[in-house]
Amino acid sequence: MSAAATTIAHEVPPQAGPRAFLHRLRRGDEIAHLITLTFAAAILLITSLLVYELWINSHLSRTHFGWAFFWTKVWDPNFDNFGAAPFIYGTLVTSVLALLLAVPLGLASAIFLSELAPRNVSDTISFLIDLLASVPSVIYGLLGIFIVVPLMRTTFGPLLIHTVGNLPYVGALFRGPNYGVGFLTAGIVLAIMVVPFIISVSREVLLTVPREQREAAMALGATRWESTWQVVVPWARTGIMGSVFLALARALGETMAVTMVIGNAAVINTSLLAPGDTIASTIANQFTEATGDLYLSALIELGLVLFLITFILNGLARILIVATERGGGRPA
Amino acid sequence: MKKALLVVWLMMVSMAFTAPRAAAQGGTINLNAAGATFPYPIYSKWFDVYHTAHPNLQINYQSIGSGGGIRQLQAGTVDFGASDVPVTDEQLAQFKVKVLHFPTVLGAVVPTYNIAGVSGELNFTQKALAGIYLGTITKWNDSEIAKANPGVNLPNTDIVVIHRSEGSGTSFIWTDFLAKVSDDWKNKVGKAAASVNWPVGLGGKGNEGVTGLVKQTPNAIGYIELIYAVQNNIPYGKVQNAAGKFVKADLAGVTAAAAADAKNIPDDFRVSITNAAGPTVYPIASFTWLLIPAQIQDAAKRDAIKDFLKWMLTDGQNYNEGLSYAQLPKAVVARETKAISLIQ
Repeated sequence: MSAAATTIAHEVPPQAGPRAFLHRLRRGDEIAHLITLTFAAAILLITSLLVYELWINSHLSRTHFGWAFFWTKVWDPNFDNFGAAPFIYGTLVTSVLALLLAVPLGLASAIFLSELAPRNVSDTISFLIDLLASVPSVIYGLLGIFIVVPLMRTTFGPLLIHTVGNLPYVGALFRGPNYGVGFLTAGIVLAIMVVPFIISVSREVLLTVPREQREAAMALGATRWESTWQVVVPWARTGIMGSVFLALARALGETMAVTMVIGNAAVINTSLLAPGDTIASTIANQFTEATGDLYLSALIELGLVLFLITFILNGLARILIVATERGGGRPA
Repeated sequence: MKKALLVVWLMMVSMAFTAPRAAAQGGTINLNAAGATFPYPIYSKWFDVYHTAHPNLQINYQSIGSGGGIRQLQAGTVDFGASDVPVTDEQLAQFKVKVLHFPTVLGAVVPTYNIAGVSGELNFTQKALAGIYLGTITKWNDSEIAKANPGVNLPNTDIVVIHRSEGSGTSFIWTDFLAKVSDDWKNKVGKAAASVNWPVGLGGKGNEGVTGLVKQTPNAIGYIELIYAVQNNIPYGKVQNAAGKFVKADLAGVTAAAAADAKNIPDDFRVSITNAAGPTVYPIASFTWLLIPAQIQDAAKRDAIKDFLKWMLTDGQNYNEGLSYAQLPKAVVARETKAISLIQ
C-alpha cells in the first residue's frame, strides 16, 4: 500500500490509474456532502417557514388578544372572543395522562422483550408491536368509542367515583357526572396509541447495551433483575427517554382519536371524567367552517401555541437528558 | 430500453385515443368548485349526471366545508363556491366581484334522543329545545317537556346534551332556529353560527358522531340532519312550529317551509326559513346555496355555469328525493331562473 502511495505522488499528469480513482472518490464525497447538507438545510427551512407562516397569519389574533390569549377561558366564535386556556389545559392533561399510563407499561414490556423473553418470542412480539404503531389513528378512535367509552361509562367511571372520588384532594379528580367521554378516556386511548412507540424504541435501545455490562454486573454477584434494573436500564436511559418524548410528541399532536372520545367541550374542569378539548382537535374541528378573519387567525395562533408547547417540552427533554448524563451511570 | 419503448408506445396510443375526442368537442371545460359538505351527495350526483350528458364539461367539487368554500371563492382559486350558510354582508364586502346566491336544495335538522322507557315520538316545544340547549331545562320530566307529551312517562333523570364538535351547517340551522325562538339564546349564545360556544353538553364529530353518542348515552338528546336520520332509520321527535302545531319532519314539510316564505325571500336569496309561518311547515329547515360570481371573464365557463344552473333548477331537481333532499318550491325556481341572467 505504501509503495503504491509513493508511485501515485510521483505520477504526472494524473489522467488515469489509482490517482484518478482517488480523485473521483473525493469528488463523490463532496457530492454526498452537498446532497445531505441540502436535505438537512431543507428541514431547517421547512420548520422556519412553518413558524413564519403561523406567526404572520396569527397577526390579527396576536395584536387583538395579546398575552391574555393564553389564560382566557372563553372560546366564543359568535362574539369573536377567543382564549386558548381550555385547549392548553386539555392538551397537557391528556398527554400527561397518556404518558403516566404508557411509560410503565411500555418500559416493562420492553425490558421483558429484551432481557427475559427468548429471542424468537421477542422478535415475533416486537414485529406485532411495530404493526400496532402503524395503525391509523381513526381506528384507535373507533376502538375508543366502541370499547373504552362504554367501559368508562358503565364500569370504570362509577368505580373511580365511588372509591378514589371519596378521598380528600385526589377525589376532586374523579367527580361525576360521568359521560364515558372525557380527559381520562382520551388519555387511555392516547396511551394505547403511544405505547408501541415506547416498547419498540426502548427494546431496540436495551438490546444495544453491551453484553459485557450484564456479565460484569453478574460477576459482581448481582441477580438478573439487579443487573437489568441497575446496569442495563441506566445505560440505555437516553434512548428510553427518547422513546418517551417521541410518544409525547404523538400524544400532543393527535387529533382524530382524541376528538372522537374527549367530548369536545371548551371548558376547564378539574375532574378527569369531565369532557374537554385539545388544541389539535379544536383546530381540526373548526378550521373548515372558520369564516371570520379574527376567528381564523385565532385558530392559527392555537397552532402556534401547540408548536410552542412542543418546543418547550422538547427543550426540557434535552435538558433532562444532559443532566442525567452528567451524573454518569450508577454503580451496579 | 424495452421499458422506454413501451412508455413511448403507451403515450402514442393514449394520444391517439384522446386527441380526436377533444378536438371534436372544441376542448373540454374544467370547472373547480368547493364548499359545503351537507349537499355533497346531491352535488356529486348532479355533476356526474351532467357530465355524462355534456362530456366536455367536468366539474370538480371539493367538499371542504362552507367556510372553506367562501374563502376559496374570495381568493379566486375556484370558479364557484357552495355554502350552507348565506354569506354575510361583511364577507361580501371583501369580494372583488359581486357574488350571487343560488338556492339548490333544502335540508332540515331533527332532534333525536335516547331515553330509557320512552319509545314513542316525543313532542318538543320551541321553549323546551331552547331550554335544553341553554342548560336551563336539565331533567327529562321538566314541565316544559311533559306538558307537550301527555301520557308519556318521562323519567326524572338529567338530560345529556349532545351537539356537533366541528363547525357545521347543521349547527348553523339548529342555532338559527334557537336564536329565532328564544331571546335568552340570542342574548347569551348569539346569532346563528356554524361553530358555537355551547352553554352545555358534549360534542360529537359529524352526524354519525352525534348519533353514536346519543345511542350510547342514556338520557341523551342530539340533533342531526333529516337525510341522515331517514337513511339510517334513526327515530326523531316532532317540533312545534310557528303556528303552534307539532310537525314531524319530512321532505314535503321542508318544501312547505320554503314555499311559505317564498314571497318574503329577498332578491339575493340570502334568507333564513327557520320557524316559517304555516300549519304544515317544519320549522328547522334551510336552503343550501351555490355561490356564483356575477362577472365571469371566460365566456365558455360563464355559459357552462349558466347552462348547468338552468338544468339544476329543472331536471336536476328530480334527483333530490332519491337522495332525501327536499325539492325547491316552484316559486323559488321561477325567481332563480330569472336571476341566472345576472351572471355576466
